[in-house]
Amino acid sequence: MPAALLSIHALYNDRQPAAAAGGVAYGVDLDLYAGETVCLSGQSGAGKTLLLRAIADLDPNHGEVLLEGVPRDRFSGPAWRRRVTFCAAESAWWGARVTDHFADAMREADEFALAAEVAGRAIAELSTGERQRLALWRALRVGPKVLLLDEPTAALDAAATRRIEATVRRYLAERGAAALWVSHDAGQIARIADRHLILGGGILTSAPASEAS
Amino acid sequence: MTAVSLSAVDLALAACLVLLLALISHRMALGVAHDLLVAAARTAIQLTLVGMLLKLLFEDAGPVWVVLMALAMLAIAGREVWARQKHPLRGVWGYGLGAGAMFVSCFTLVIFALLVLVQPVPWYQPQYAIPLLGMLLGNTMNAIALGVDRMNRGAINERNIIEARLALGDPAREATAALRRDAVRVALVPMINAMAAAGVVSLPGMMTGQILAGAPPLEAVKYQILIMFLITAATGLGALWAVETGAKRLFDDRERLRIDRLRN
Repeated sequence: MPAALLSIHALYNDRQPAAAAGGVAYGVDLDLYAGETVCLSGQSGAGKTLLLRAIADLDPNHGEVLLEGVPRDRFSGPAWRRRVTFCAAESAWWGARVTDHFADAMREADEFALAAEVAGRAIAELSTGERQRLALWRALRVGPKVLLLDEPTAALDAAATRRIEATVRRYLAERGAAALWVSHDAGQIARIADRHLILGGGILTSAPASEAS
Repeated sequence: MTAVSLSAVDLALAACLVLLLALISHRMALGVAHDLLVAAARTAIQLTLVGMLLKLLFEDAGPVWVVLMALAMLAIAGREVWARQKHPLRGVWGYGLGAGAMFVSCFTLVIFALLVLVQPVPWYQPQYAIPLLGMLLGNTMNAIALGVDRMNRGAINERNIIEARLALGDPAREATAALRRDAVRVALVPMINAMAAAGVVSLPGMMTGQILAGAPPLEAVKYQILIMFLITAATGLGALWAVETGAKRLFDDRERLRIDRLRN
């Protein structure tokens, strides 16, 4: 078996209520391999978002995280997050216009089949689907090795969902990157997941085959 | 020229005006009569006490007493800055940030003004040092409270935007650049407005006071200009220091946004 791209050992988010972690803060173990998509499900409140945020080092957390064998604390916070990038469920925008968030080359957006005029538009005018695709593109431009996607297609129609899935899979294949993808959609999990894990009681377990298919 | 001395009757008559206003607002059920009377009483008591204190201080102009008075003023102003913020930093930082910023800006500028500009003999002469410091502290206090309050509210309200930038690997400083700029601007606007309106719309209080006390108008004007420039410099320096230092405290060594360091 090849060495893991991302290794997580006994990781827990300090913001996680002890009750949701089964009263024990022993944390999560997980290995992600290059090119794979691992889907993550679990009841709401199980701590899926907090787990992704802990991996990205956005919340105070404990445990061991290594990227290609290098411990996380060898990287600065920003340097780590450029390599292990978290995409929140709801995209946030700091400027009023699309171009405020992309200093250079909007034409790369063609890859996402975004309409050509999107560049000149205000963020508020975009549809939810357009915003999600732009947010994903914003993250991919940073060039991360690991993508942490928090329900990126939850609010999207079938066509937009398929486009996001295709974009992520192409990116992972081209870059040898990996994705940890929070999803509740059985159809989506069947399409994209190399593995399917369930978070509950503070630990990860493999989903039964019936749930993964 | 010397000032016409005010008698107790003069003050009592002025107090009657406030009493009359309180009576009217009580009749109209405005709900401010009580606050009005308490505030008026506080003005009379606090100013009388500080007047007595200044009288003592001026008679015995030892530098130790001047320093003690200055530190007491700083301590009270620091508490005021802290109390005016909706979401101050928790713990000793909440108080220390404002007090520290005022210490850095006001004390430096008052010492500069005394040693280089006004040059009383001795330089710490309380008749100059204490009023100068008082005016700088009073204005800087407002500016710092406005600026830091703006920044901390912004950090809470725009938390998802700041964290979106952090998640993309932007450094904390970049993620808060707009917020810090806004905070400093909010802090400086009142003083910019005051300078722009000075003499045209409003006659500044200090100048008016000097003129009433018998100073030649042009002398009073010169002092007023000096004071306004000093106040502007102190508010700018203090607000910049407080906003920059406060912004650092909003993040930890991993450049994570730490909203939990602000009081809810």
